[in-house]
Amino acid sequence: MSIIKAENITKIYNHTVVPVHALNGVTLEIDRGEFTAIVGPSGCGKTTLLNILGGLDHPTSGSVELANTDITSLNDGQLIDFRLKNIGFVFQAYNLIPVLTTMENVEFIMLLQKRTKKDREARAMELLSQMGIAEKANQRPSQLSGGQQQRVAVARALASKPQFILADEPTANLDSKSTSSLLDIMADMNREEGATFVFSTHDQRVIEKARRVITLEDGRVVKDERK
Amino acid sequence: MYIILAWRNIWRNKRRSYITIGSIAFAVLLACFMRSMQLGSYERMIENAARFYTGYVQVHQKGYWDEKTIDNSFSFDSGLIDSISRTPGVQEVVPRVESFALASFEQKTKGCLVLGIDPELENRLTQYGEKLVEGAGITPEDKSILISEGLANYLKVSKGDSVVLMGQGYHGATAVGIYPVNGIIKFRSPAQNNQTIYLPLREAQWLYAAQNRLTTLALVIDKAKHVDRVVSQISEKIDPETMEVMGWKMLMPDLVQGIEIDNISGKLMTWILYTVIGFGMFGTFLMMTAERMYEFGVLISVGMKRIQLQVIIFLEMAMMSAIGVGIGVLITLPFLIYYHYHPIYFSGESAEAIEKFGFEAAYFFSLQPSIFYSQAWVILILAMILGLYPLIVLQRLKPVKAMREA
Repeated sequence: MSIIKAENITKIYNHTVVPVHALNGVTLEIDRGEFTAIVGPSGCGKTTLLNILGGLDHPTSGSVELANTDITSLNDGQLIDFRLKNIGFVFQAYNLIPVLTTMENVEFIMLLQKRTKKDREARAMELLSQMGIAEKANQRPSQLSGGQQQRVAVARALASKPQFILADEPTANLDSKSTSSLLDIMADMNREEGATFVFSTHDQRVIEKARRVITLEDGRVVKDERK
Repeated sequence: MYIILAWRNIWRNKRRSYITIGSIAFAVLLACFMRSMQLGSYERMIENAARFYTGYVQVHQKGYWDEKTIDNSFSFDSGLIDSISRTPGVQEVVPRVESFALASFEQKTKGCLVLGIDPELENRLTQYGEKLVEGAGITPEDKSILISEGLANYLKVSKGDSVVLMGQGYHGATAVGIYPVNGIIKFRSPAQNNQTIYLPLREAQWLYAAQNRLTTLALVIDKAKHVDRVVSQISEKIDPETMEVMGWKMLMPDLVQGIEIDNISGKLMTWILYTVIGFGMFGTFLMMTAERMYEFGVLISVGMKRIQLQVIIFLEMAMMSAIGVGIGVLITLPFLIYYHYHPIYFSGESAEAIEKFGFEAAYFFSLQPSIFYSQAWVILILAMILGLYPLIVLQRLKPVKAMREA
């Protein structure tokens, strides 16, 4: 059953000056619980596609349906609310809040969702334990390694039990050991939590781990293979 | 969580926050000093003039204040004085005969203000007894005078010398008398100090051929802020066709105007100071916004509402401003308390130059609470106005663009 439906998406930057076609009619469907990698060379439109799927950017044309909601018709406030309730983001540069501790960072999204303190703390500690960094709960991001920070970012993304996790080059700044460890954790979370993972990446290790690989070139889907 | 986030954000870039807080504190310090000095000087001028000379309220015959001659005096009326005395807030009714005369001693002559006073009541108003620098006071039955120090120096008289007073009495009578100096008084106000002679009331009435007449009823009231109420209540007790009651602002319009004009220039200087500091604060807010665009983009991406982010930024600016204002006030307060009780006196030629204009040659400092809380409010409001910039930026922020361009 498709949980993500993108229909003929185009994205043109600077369309009044020198148009840059980032996406040229991308159509794809992703089922619940999939572990999908979007791959392709730099500039092929991976990040643009991920941003549009995540409601961070608007397509020039086409529609995106997430969990039966046409997000292209939502206004800014509705989109923020939708993202908060349904989407977890993992960014290349971790993007943790530097002034909050590991625990507080994981709790942050749940705080925005107005969940109780007890509930937040229990969920955050559960995730940090699963990520193997429970002992770092009271440390600030600057006191963690890159791999540890990205694990916190994944924990934060999963904290609110979103339907989708969108990860933009999550391993780009990690060494091979950290990458391997992080991928194992995300695969476990995919199985245990049932969250749908979509990565943009050109990291071969992520591609190998993915169960579906969508290849983009010049803003078009040129290959879509399931393992 | 908002408060925790805002508080911790302030200390992310300690050096920048220290500089911002320091500049706010310095602005508050300068502004408080300037305003305290200015208001302190005004308070002193008002005190010298109203508290220690005219009284905060006076009652005269109608027209006396416009034309201060003994002819505009009124008959002593114990009923009127009793009635005024019973007005709430009025502590004493001090009768006076005030007129002008030429004071001469040997080859020196100078115009002077002669105040016929009830020594005991007058002392309750002007506390002249505390200002005696030589000799003793006077009693109601004395036929001697107290002379101000500046006038005594000019005439070169000292205690025991006799001064000739010559002027015009009631209805054109000649007023001439010779009076021994019983004591010398030093007034704070140079204008008073250079021209005042105190004479017992009965003797002044005799000198000016104005037996049983008064020119002025000066009132001692409990609090200066009750002036308007007291004036209003007394005006209901007197016959407005024949008598007038005036508060100190009406008695001394020149002083009030002078203070108002000077006050405007002082406020202008303070606003210039705030403008300079405002640019500094704006620079900080600008940097603070620019260097966190990526983070703002991320926070909105993960589901933080713009208004939540705006509240945090607003709190950051409010907290920084409040800390700056607090530190500024805390640093300023001990200095102002010290200088309030130990005014800075000038000496030498600069003192003489200032005294020539009739002012005391000193800086006085006020401790009015409004000095502190008005600076605090101005800085906080300034921060809030400047803080609109990051709030507007946040309102317009596109998360993808912010993350891409940062």
